[in-house]
Amino acid sequence: MAQIASITLLHNDDARPIIEAILADNPGVRVLNMPGAVKLDCDDELIVKRASVEERLGRPWEPQEIQLVLVSMAGNLDEDDDWFKLSWKH
Amino acid sequence: MAPKKLGLKQRYAHMTRGLDWETTYQPMDAVFPYDTFEGIKIKDWSAWEDPFRLTMDAYWKFQAEKERKLYAVLDAFAQNNGQTGVSDGRYVNVVKLFLTGISPEEYQAHRGFAFTGRHLRGAGPRVACQMQSLDELRHIQTQIHTISHYNKYFDGISEFPHMHDRVWYLSVPKSFFDDARTAGPFEFMIAIGFAFEYVLTNLLFVPFMSGAAYNGDMSTVTFGFSAQSDESRHMTLGIEVIKFLLEQHPDNLPIVQKWVDKWFWRGHRVLGLVAMMMDYMLPKKVMSWKEAWEIYFTEAGGSLFQDLARYGLKAPKYADVATADAEHISHQNWAVFYQYTHAAAFHTWMPDKEHLDWLSEKYPNTFDKYYRPRWEMWAEMEKQGKRFYNPSLPQLCQVCQIPMAYTEPGDPTKIAFRCSEVGGETYHFCSDGCKDIFDGEPEKYVQSWLPVHQIFQGACGGATIPDVLNYYRMNVGADNMDYVGSPDEKLWNEWHAGKAREAV
Amino acid sequence: MSVQIKTIDLEPKRQTFGHVARRLGGDKPATRYQEGTLDVQATANFHYKPLWEPEYWHYDTRKTAVVMEDWYKPLDPRQYYYATYNIARANMNQAVERNFAFVEERGLLETIGEATRAKLLTGFLPIRHLHWGSNMNMAEITQRGYGTAVTAPCIFSAGDHLGMAQIVSRIGLELDGQTGAALDAAKTAWMEDPAWQGVRRLIEDTFVERDWFQLYVAQTLGVNAVLLDMVYRHCDAAWGPSALTVAMLTEFMADWRAEDGKWSDAVVKTVAAESAENKALVSTWAKHWIDRAEEAGKPLSTALTGSPAAATTAADAARTRARALGLDL
Repeated sequence: MAQIASITLLHNDDARPIIEAILADNPGVRVLNMPGAVKLDCDDELIVKRASVEERLGRPWEPQEIQLVLVSMAGNLDEDDDWFKLSWKH
Repeated sequence: MAPKKLGLKQRYAHMTRGLDWETTYQPMDAVFPYDTFEGIKIKDWSAWEDPFRLTMDAYWKFQAEKERKLYAVLDAFAQNNGQTGVSDGRYVNVVKLFLTGISPEEYQAHRGFAFTGRHLRGAGPRVACQMQSLDELRHIQTQIHTISHYNKYFDGISEFPHMHDRVWYLSVPKSFFDDARTAGPFEFMIAIGFAFEYVLTNLLFVPFMSGAAYNGDMSTVTFGFSAQSDESRHMTLGIEVIKFLLEQHPDNLPIVQKWVDKWFWRGHRVLGLVAMMMDYMLPKKVMSWKEAWEIYFTEAGGSLFQDLARYGLKAPKYADVATADAEHISHQNWAVFYQYTHAAAFHTWMPDKEHLDWLSEKYPNTFDKYYRPRWEMWAEMEKQGKRFYNPSLPQLCQVCQIPMAYTEPGDPTKIAFRCSEVGGETYHFCSDGCKDIFDGEPEKYVQSWLPVHQIFQGACGGATIPDVLNYYRMNVGADNMDYVGSPDEKLWNEWHAGKAREAV
Repeated sequence: MSVQIKTIDLEPKRQTFGHVARRLGGDKPATRYQEGTLDVQATANFHYKPLWEPEYWHYDTRKTAVVMEDWYKPLDPRQYYYATYNIARANMNQAVERNFAFVEERGLLETIGEATRAKLLTGFLPIRHLHWGSNMNMAEITQRGYGTAVTAPCIFSAGDHLGMAQIVSRIGLELDGQTGAALDAAKTAWMEDPAWQGVRRLIEDTFVERDWFQLYVAQTLGVNAVLLDMVYRHCDAAWGPSALTVAMLTEFMADWRAEDGKWSDAVVKTVAAESAENKALVSTWAKHWIDRAEEAGKPLSTALTGSPAAATTAADAARTRARALGLDL
C-alpha cells in the first residue's frame, strides 16, 4: 500500500499561493476540500517549494511561514531554506 | 569581511546547540533525576533532530501574528453577536463539552511539557518541549477567551474548572491526562507527543473544527485551526521522539511498544466523546466519525506504522478492535448521555428524522439494526411524556472510567465485562484494552478516583442525586436535561423570532 | 407617529465565569488576563500519584515551604496572557532586528580591536549559558509550582531566557564571521575560566533546589537581580569603545530586566506579605542567594573591569530592592 504524504492548509487568501504551488509541483496530488480547510495528499512524498510560492506570491517567502496557515500534516518533515517536504521515503 | 548568511539549519544549530553543558558542580543525575527510571536507554542525545528549527525570535513573530488574527476574529464575533448566527442552538453543546472536557487537558499538556522541557537530558528535545508547553498554554487561554462569549448567553460552562475536577464523565479525559502527567518523562512524550498528538489529535481537531466552520461558529473554527498550526509542530515532535527512542537502543522497543499500545487504546476511549459530538451534536454534519476514523486513523495511521515497522514497532494492539468500534462508539456514548442527561452539564436530544436518515446512510452496517429502533422508541416515549432516564448509578471501567456500556467485539447486543483481581479486590473493565492496561500497572490503576465509587463513599456532597449535582455546582434545570425545554432553547427561539420579525 | 421596533434582546445572562465572578466579588466583566488565568489549574480529586515523586500529587501546595491561603494572590502586574506576551516580545524583537542590521551595515563589531573582541568572547558570550540555566529554572517552576497565576508567567520567562541566550549567540556569530568559533571559545570559558566558575557553580546548585519558591527567589533576586544586572548594567566599562554597540545589541535584555523584574518583585512581595513565616523564609532565601551571587560575581567583575565593585554594586541594589519588597535582610 502506498504511504500517503499529506498536508492540510487553511483555505484562505494567505494559503492560496502555497496550495497552487503544491498543485503545480506535485503531479498526482489529490485534493479534499473541507469547510475552512483543504487536504492535499500524495503518494510517498509531497513538497512545497520556496521558489514556486514566491513566484505566485510576488515577494520573498520563507518555508517557516507555512506555519501561519498549516492545519495538519503526515509524513516525516524535512524543512530547509528552499523547501518544506513531507515524505515516507528513506 | 562580510559575514556570510547562515542557512536555517546552521543558524538554528549555532543558536541553540551547545547551550547546554555537562554539569560538574552537581552530578548530572541529580540535575536530571527522572530520565532513567523508565528503563529507556539513550546513547547520544545529540542525535536528536528538530525539523522545525524554530528560534525564539521566529516563534514570537509567528505566534504574535497568529494571535493578532485570532483575537481580531474573536472581537468581531462578539461585536456582531455571532452566537446568534450558528446553525442551531443545539450546536452550543459542542462548545460546552469542549471547554469542560478538552480545554483543561490543554492546560495539563502545558504543565506536562514544561516537565519534559526541563527534565529530559537532551537540549534539542527540551527546547521543542518548552515551545509546546507555551503553545498548550496558548490553547487553553484562547479556548477560554473564545468560549467566554458563549458563556455570557448559554448555560453549562460557567463552572468549568470546578466541574472538571468533579463531574463523572469529565473524569474520563482528566484521568487520561493525570495518567500521562504522573508517568515518567519518556512515557509522557509517547503518550501525549506521539499517541495523542500524532496519531489521534487530527481526529479531534480537523473534522471537528471543519464542523464548527460549517455550523457558523467562526470563533471556534478560528481558534481550532490556529491551534492546529501549532499542532503540526507538536506532531513533528511526537514522531521525532518515537524514532529517536527506537534508534537509540534496541532495548527501548518493547517499552515503547507497550506505551504505544496503552496510549492508543486510552486515547481511543477518550475520543469517543468526540465521536459523539461529530455524529450527534453538530446540527450540520461534515463527516461521520467512521469516515474521520478511516481518513485519520486507518489511512494516516497506516502510513505511519508502515514507516515505523522498520524499527520493529507494530501497529497498536487492538487497533482492529478500535476500527470495528468506529461503527458503534458514537451511538453507544450518546445513549449513555441521553439516559444520564440529568447529571450532565450539556443538553441532549433524540435525533430528528433527517438526522436519523443521515446516520442510517453513514452507518449502513449497524445503525438501522442496533440503534435506530432504540432511538425511535425513546422518541416515542418522550412523546407520551415518559422520557427515559436512568436513575441508577452506572458501574465504571477502572481504567477509562466510562460507564460499562460498550459491547463485545463482534456482538453489539452484549455488554462487555472484564475483570482482574488484585489484593483480594475485584476491578472491572469495559474491554480487553483497558484490562491489559490495568494488568500492566495495577498499582497505578487501583488508585483511580472513580466518580461513582466516590459518590457511594459519600465524598461527593451526599447520597442523593440532588446532593451530587449540588457538589458539581450544576444549575439544575438550566445546565442539565434535554435541549427541548431548556433556557438555552428559549433564548435561541427568542432571537430567531426576533430575526424573523426584523425580516418581515 | 413613530413605530417602535423591538430589537433582539442581547443582554448577557452573565458577564463572566462563576469562579472569576467570585474572585471579583460579583458578576462583572472580566479581563482576558483574569479569565485566562484564574483557577485554571486543577486542584482536587487527582487520580494517581506520580511515578517519579509519589510523595506528592502532581499539583501540590506542599512542594514549597511557603504557605499561601490562595495561590491566585500573586498576580502578574503586566496582566500577560499568551497573546499579549507574544505580541510584546515580537515588538521588542523588531528593535533587536533593527539594531543588528544597524551594527552589521556599519561593521561596528568588525573594528573593535583584538582586546575588546577577546573580552567579549570570554567575558560576555558565556552569559548565554547562564540564560540557558535560567531557562531550565523557570521551566522547572512552571512544572513544579502551584497555581496558574505564578506558573504561566514562568513559562514566558523561560522563553525569554532562551530568546536572550539566542541573542547573545547572534552577537557571537557577528564576532566570528558566522562560524560558531566564538561560541565554542565562550563555552570553554564557561566550563574552565576561573572568572566564570562561581557563576556556573551557583546556577548548577539552583538546578537541584527542590523547593520551587526558593528556586524562584534564587533565580529572580540572585541570578537576575545580581548577576544579569551586573553584566548588563554595571560592566559597560569592560567593552571600552564598543560599550554603545553592546548596549544596542542587548537593548532587549535591558527592557526585559525592567519588565520581568516588575512581575517577579510583585510575586515575591505578595508571598512574603502573606504571613510572618513566609516573610522569614523568603528573607532567608533572598539573603542566601544574593550573598552567594555577589561572591560568584566578584571574580567575573574583576576579570571584566579590574575590580569586584560591579558585583557588590549589583548585590547592594538587589538588597535594597528586596527590602523594598518587605524582606528582612
